[in-house]
Amino acid sequence: MSTESLRIVWIYPDLLSTYGDRGNLSILAHRAAARGIPVETYEVRSDQPMPTAADIYLIGGGEDGPQALAAERLINDGGLHRAVSQGAAVLAICAGYQLFGHSFFAKGAKCAGLGLLDISSDRGVTRAVGELRGDIDPRLGLPPLTGFENHGGRTHLGPHAAPLARVTAGVGNDGQTEGAWAGKILGTYSHGPALARNPAIADLLLRWSTGADRLAPLDDTWADRLRQERLEAATAV
Amino acid sequence: MPLIAKVATTASKTAAALSRAAGRGDGSVIGGWIGLKIDPDLLAHLSSGRAVALVSGTNGKTTTTRLTAAAVGVLGRVATNSFGANMPTGHTSALAKEGHTPFAVLEVDEHYLAQVIEATRPKVVALLNLSRDQLDRAKEVAMMAQLWKTTLAGHPQIKVVANSDDPMVVWAASSSPQVTWFSAGQRWLDDSFVCPESGHPIERSGGDWWCTGCPLRRPRANWVVEDEGVIDPRGDWHMVKLQLPGRVNIGNAATALAVAAEFGVRPIEALPRLARVASIAGRYAQVDRDGRNIRLLLAKNPASWLEAFDMAEQAPTLLSINARDPDGFDTSWLYDVDFSPLRNRPVLITGDRAYDLAVRLQVNQVPFRHVLSFDEALRAVPPGRLEVIANYTAFQDIRAELDRVN
Repeated sequence: MSTESLRIVWIYPDLLSTYGDRGNLSILAHRAAARGIPVETYEVRSDQPMPTAADIYLIGGGEDGPQALAAERLINDGGLHRAVSQGAAVLAICAGYQLFGHSFFAKGAKCAGLGLLDISSDRGVTRAVGELRGDIDPRLGLPPLTGFENHGGRTHLGPHAAPLARVTAGVGNDGQTEGAWAGKILGTYSHGPALARNPAIADLLLRWSTGADRLAPLDDTWADRLRQERLEAATAV
Repeated sequence: MPLIAKVATTASKTAAALSRAAGRGDGSVIGGWIGLKIDPDLLAHLSSGRAVALVSGTNGKTTTTRLTAAAVGVLGRVATNSFGANMPTGHTSALAKEGHTPFAVLEVDEHYLAQVIEATRPKVVALLNLSRDQLDRAKEVAMMAQLWKTTLAGHPQIKVVANSDDPMVVWAASSSPQVTWFSAGQRWLDDSFVCPESGHPIERSGGDWWCTGCPLRRPRANWVVEDEGVIDPRGDWHMVKLQLPGRVNIGNAATALAVAAEFGVRPIEALPRLARVASIAGRYAQVDRDGRNIRLLLAKNPASWLEAFDMAEQAPTLLSINARDPDGFDTSWLYDVDFSPLRNRPVLITGDRAYDLAVRLQVNQVPFRHVLSFDEALRAVPPGRLEVIANYTAFQDIRAELDRVN
């Protein structure tokens, strides 16, 4: 890995890439390149060692079996823990978000997570499927979250994690809060290509990893129209 | 047939006819629904005495069913659900409408395969492929394969015709003692990187594949697509001439020939009938309007989008995306499709979810223009071919603009 470029790792696309999760990698790379930031992307399969020197790590959603397998391999590998302790930024989606916590449920059994976020997940009575909307923690300075959620889990936050957003439509963690963040780790139930509807979150990850206070604005006409349409659709539900 | 089944059949046909007369649809669902209310075993009653073939999988079902019905037609009359109504109501309606036929070829939604096998006792079941499709409600791919596998294990008398190129299908079919394999290629690989048997990675090389942790591997195919034709189990190559575009349809034709062969139809008898199939419920249909030659391609999920790009000519292309109930409400799959094959042509976008598509194309570096209606799209392109690729309800909307072309 070179040190001049922004290095983005997509964790285990062979296991956790059920809902267009590749989109987050494409969007981050696209928005960095549009600012003239050189980017290197790495798709690290579950049978490969996890690099420790990248700047941003992405982990996506998936089915129970692959989720449990991914957690086991990441714990045994240890590389992601080292990367986070060195200050890497993380975007964790859905199943990937759950496995960043202390524990989660997969195929009816409690599984050990990475313990990198102070959260734990169990099963809800019903599956949460549909539009999700929330007001993001004001400390992050971002516009409202919009996403599509599809999960059976419910997530409980400990004192060392803050909710990413207060839910205004949909379920998220528990119907009240959605996602979690601590340091440079962001987790959300807004699944799949969450950054397509939330380019400001992509830019937050880019600012965290480059140290830049601000980035040159991009033409987000289409993303803005999409956001407006989906925020209104969530209200209508 | 028991008396109640006769009553139910008549009621079903009447309801279907009323629905058509009222302009409410093609009657292929309502008729079956009413029939099954009167006689819950109506599908079983209507199937008895017929030699039945079922066609299931994520993609290519409707086309393969149509081609198979054409091929089996060599032997006699065939009842088939040609409107793509692929759940038990649609099967019931199709069989009731056709009356007594010696044969039936039915397209089956993959979720209903077990139930329809129980009811129709088929002679042959064709398994095409399994990949992600409407994941906000569909069963996970591996769970679907497991369901098929369990079902086939309980019906060893069924002759299975299955795709040797799809590891999920091969694993599902492995519980059957009678499998004929066809090789029609697998364009979509993302749902079969992990072996459903052992959980180990699946390796690929050329057209071959194998599990790195267990004996599951690609079986030797009996029917193989090669060039513009098909090699049969005896090793004879047959040219396949179709009006339907794309290599994927040569694969669908190979599947149809393999299924028909189980009924005793020889390829040489079936091929002229396959060549007469021009379009299927609007799919592949060509319509001339205002000097534009419009061709309709349906793409419902990532795998079928890749196939549509393969079929579409280098011409202006309209993409239309909805996310209504039959489409699934989740548009995440847009990021599973690589739209870059469209970079060097004029691209127009429309549909309920055009903004999702706009953001996707921007990231994919595909220039596009947004239009608000099909008419605006027509005016925006020069005379000549306009390729239209749309997902399910968007396709039906455009088909309605073109007088419900078949």
